[in-house]
Amino acid sequence: MTPSVLPLGDPAPADGVLPAQAAIGAADRKFSLYVHIPFCAVRCGYCDFNTYTATELGGGASQDAYAETAVREVEFAAQAMSASGLPKRKLSTVFFGGGTPTLLAAGDLTRILAAAVARWGLEDGAEVTTEANPDSVTRESLQQLFDGGFTRVSFGMQSAIPHVLKVLDRTHNPERVPQAVAWAREVGLRVSVDLIYGTPGESFADWETSVRTALSYEPDHISAYSLIVEEGTKLAAQIRRGQVPNIDDDDHAAKYELADRLFQEAGLSWYEVSNWSRTPQDACQHNLAYWRGDDWWGIGPGAHSHVGGVRWWNVKHPTAYANRLDKGESPAAGRETLDAQTRELERIMLVSRLSEGLAVDTLSPTARKAIAGLIAQELVDPLKVFAGTLVLTLKGRLLGDAVTRALLD
Amino acid sequence: MSPMARTAPVPAATDPAIIRNFCIIAHIDHGKSTLADRMLQLTGVVQQRDMKAQYLDRMDIERERGITIKSQAVRIPWEVDGTSYCLNMIDTPGHVDFTYEVSRSLAACEGAILLVDAAQGIEAQTLANLYLAMENNLTIIPVLNKIDLPAAQPEKYAAELANLIGGKPEDVLMVSGKTGVGVEELLDQIVRDLPAPQGDPNAPARAMIFDSVYDTYRGVVTYVRVIDGSLSPREKIQMMSTRATHELLEIGVSSPEPKPSKGLGVGEVGYLITGVKDVRLSKVGDTVTTFHKPATEALAGYHDAKPMVFSGLYPLDGTDYPVLRDALEKLMLNDAALVYEPETSAALGFGFRVGFLGLLHLEITRERLEREHNLDLISTAPNVEYEVTLEDKKVVHVTNPSEYPTGKIAEVREPMVAATILAPTEFVGAIMELCQTRRGILGGMDYLSEDRVEIRYRLPLAEIVFDFFDILKSKTRGYGSLDWKADGDQVADLVKVDIMLQGEQVDAFSAITHRDKSYAYGVMMTGKLRELIPRQQFEVPIQAAIGARIIARENIRAIRKDVLAKCYGGDISRKRKLLEKQKEGKKRMKMVGRVEVPQEAFIAALSSEEPVKDKSKK
Ligand SMILES: Nc1nc2c(ncn2[C@@H]2O[C@H](COP(=O)(O)OP(=O)(O)OP(=O)(O)O)[C@@H](O)[C@H]2O)c(=O)[nH]1
Ligand SMILES: C[S@@+](CC[C@H](N)C(=O)[O-])C[C@H]1O[C@@H](n2cnc3c(N)ncnc32)[C@H](O)[C@@H]1O
Ligand code: SF4
Ligand SMILES: [Mg+2]
Repeated sequence: MTPSVLPLGDPAPADGVLPAQAAIGAADRKFSLYVHIPFCAVRCGYCDFNTYTATELGGGASQDAYAETAVREVEFAAQAMSASGLPKRKLSTVFFGGGTPTLLAAGDLTRILAAAVARWGLEDGAEVTTEANPDSVTRESLQQLFDGGFTRVSFGMQSAIPHVLKVLDRTHNPERVPQAVAWAREVGLRVSVDLIYGTPGESFADWETSVRTALSYEPDHISAYSLIVEEGTKLAAQIRRGQVPNIDDDDHAAKYELADRLFQEAGLSWYEVSNWSRTPQDACQHNLAYWRGDDWWGIGPGAHSHVGGVRWWNVKHPTAYANRLDKGESPAAGRETLDAQTRELERIMLVSRLSEGLAVDTLSPTARKAIAGLIAQELVDPLKVFAGTLVLTLKGRLLGDAVTRALLD
Repeated sequence: MSPMARTAPVPAATDPAIIRNFCIIAHIDHGKSTLADRMLQLTGVVQQRDMKAQYLDRMDIERERGITIKSQAVRIPWEVDGTSYCLNMIDTPGHVDFTYEVSRSLAACEGAILLVDAAQGIEAQTLANLYLAMENNLTIIPVLNKIDLPAAQPEKYAAELANLIGGKPEDVLMVSGKTGVGVEELLDQIVRDLPAPQGDPNAPARAMIFDSVYDTYRGVVTYVRVIDGSLSPREKIQMMSTRATHELLEIGVSSPEPKPSKGLGVGEVGYLITGVKDVRLSKVGDTVTTFHKPATEALAGYHDAKPMVFSGLYPLDGTDYPVLRDALEKLMLNDAALVYEPETSAALGFGFRVGFLGLLHLEITRERLEREHNLDLISTAPNVEYEVTLEDKKVVHVTNPSEYPTGKIAEVREPMVAATILAPTEFVGAIMELCQTRRGILGGMDYLSEDRVEIRYRLPLAEIVFDFFDILKSKTRGYGSLDWKADGDQVADLVKVDIMLQGEQVDAFSAITHRDKSYAYGVMMTGKLRELIPRQQFEVPIQAAIGARIIARENIRAIRKDVLAKCYGGDISRKRKLLEKQKEGKKRMKMVGRVEVPQEAFIAALSSEEPVKDKSKK
């Protein structure tokens, strides 16, 4: 998943060679692959991801040619990494996100996956996920994905309530979700569903129904996000004009608490602020790689990558992206090389969101001084602190950014 | 038609008989500076190519706001019947905050042009300035300006003006400062009607200081009007109040650029430069004489301009405090009306309590400090000065609510003003109603003409100095005008309202109000703060209290959610930057107990504008 606004950074060289710091210690870090598929059937009003509908795109960046272009970046990536002195590492996880990956033929997705596996190899039992909209899969396409090496599918369910789905501009019929989940199961894929709460007009009861409905499909994993009003989206404009009521943080908090309770009752535990899994193995290993600061290469327009404290991001438009690769140039639009202090800031910001928590003894003396206050405010679990890790309480998860800020001071 | 003077009379050698000293006085915006422009042009002292509108408004802030803040004196030549005369013209400000500038200018003159906008008629400062001129025994020349305007009603207002000063409507001159119509006739009339200055050329020198300005290049420039004797260059002068002596480095006249001269004689207006760096050593109202032949009796001086409104000025960034201190010191060199002393606020840190003549003076001073010294300032809610007598008879002067004594109070006195309101008769009811709610006592009412009335009220200064004028304007559809001057004090039932965040008093938000209005203040301020202070991780009660009694309360509920739901690969850089920004923002937070209050909240709560309502927040 790639948000549409790119950061400001340094220029990135055309040959894709990374700064020296990227290679340091790489052999001990895991390596993942993200593949961005920038196409959707319709654009949802709240979504600011880098995705395009057919009408938004001209010829050159056609969906048909996309797999080939993506494969080209896979080749480019393999070359650039070895030119940067990075060891060849097997893929620890692969994630196809979007947009709507399943808008492409399953064969296109498996082809890209095959090219990557051919280059790097895949660790045993590696997780290979694709995102999918419930109405863009069939039993056959799911079977094809499974046969091509995919192990997991994440469905954008969002809500079980028609009027909520309508505000979100979701096109799928809610009945389609159990069907898609069942097919995925049957073919052997593990299943996650995405939910969104706090949509304007969603009642507390609506949300409870959505949560219970999602649980009734017995997924291995659930992501539940509060609706974020992203700048520049149709939803933001509707709220500004007063056509849709604004979202309310207190409503979000109450719905989060409810969801957490219901998930727990159903046997799912939180492992990240917005993610719950049935067992620790069901946690999304790919997303964990992001939060733990592992290395990954992001394929596709607007995709972000991270290798050893170097972050970069590709040009956004699929046409510009394809053109770069056609010329044999890196599609990167900009990058930043993080210094030690910034990497530490990111580590605190990301790992503090996880149930595995931050090891207290890795924290700076100033950060450690803040812990007593965090315990007093009931934001972190005192027992876990005594056992050596900083883990958020339920209240702390809802105030996670405040915890991060406190640890940074 | 009088031609431009062929030869201008030379300073120090000008017979007082050919000197005419006058100032132009009027209500604000009636066109004084524009008329002065035409005079500068007609008399040839400013060349056509150098001319610009309101030439004498030289400060940036005067030009931007289109108002005069400082008086300017200019020597101009004018020929009538073959004789070259020397005219000293002083353009004065019209705004009530700067009335003291007018009264100083009057003391340098024998006559005054009372200018009235022919589309507006007489307004409050027309009257106020006329009375000032009459108190100084000046000869008044009534003039209607802006007769080029389609909305001008020259006959009507000529009658009104004649009625006011006692004369015939036909004698009222009609001019347009814009087109220049009638200005030559006006200059002629000035020569004919105004008396020449009288003084003893052989007596010891006596010159009245009517302005004193600090100039980075020239040091203090002192403007004087010679009454007796004469001053010449390289002469040692003496200030009569202190007997301090100074070398005269330069003496000259402004026309309008400074022109050094061989001296100044009886009746002449000009400037002195002595090399002193502090205007307080060359004080307005003092008499200048010579060291070798000193006069024995000083001229009657003026009262110092008295600050009426006080406000705390604080740098947004605490490290700017020394910059603010130096800036105030510099500004004070040019603005004798400014008084200040250091103060500290628990909430705002180190700053100054500054006394101003009025809100415009405050606004302008603040703007100049910010602009000329690159400062960001917070100014606390302005207030007047109270005199509090304790039961043990101790008297405390309070210019800052946080200094309000906590002991047993016997009596509180508040400053009063004599206010004059001019408006069309139809608004009398509305005006009386307004003054009543402001605790005013009607002093009298006069019809200036059939449809214009003058209403006099005695009012507490605190009731008129802030929003009164705006409300008056809106209640009189823009036709009402107000003038006021200090008028003693009175005992009043005043209380101090404290504002508390989580039980912690915030000095910057305290106010002294009349008991009847304390509740409204408490409700307003607690409401404002509720909107302005971001939610914290705990509940924050906001209370308004008089002593131990709570009169209003609000509550900021604890924040329950402060976390970004989604944080994937592509979000990381974005989120990190957001966090870094929040961290920066935290540096701009002021801590009140445990409560983090953003600087913006302080500014917004202390400014009079309504806060933007953010309904989604609570
Ligand atoms: N039409 C017309 N407008 C005029 C005339 N004289 C002045 N004005 C306008 O009236 C406004 C105020 O003129 P100023 O000369 O600045 O007035 P002032 O009396 O010096 O104002 P303060 O110094 O602030 O009291 C300006 O917009 C002028 O252009 C006139 O004779 N005719
Ligand atoms: C970008 S989508 C891509 C997958 C697929 N196209 C879909 O919509 O399900 C991934 C997930 O991000 C979440 N998401 C996207 N925009 C969001 C927003 N503005 N607020 C909260 N969640 C959002 C949705 O839950 C969505 O399932
Ligand atoms: S389907 Fe998913 S990626 Fe596409 S617009 Fe909707 S939320 Fe965004
Ligand atoms: Mg003026």
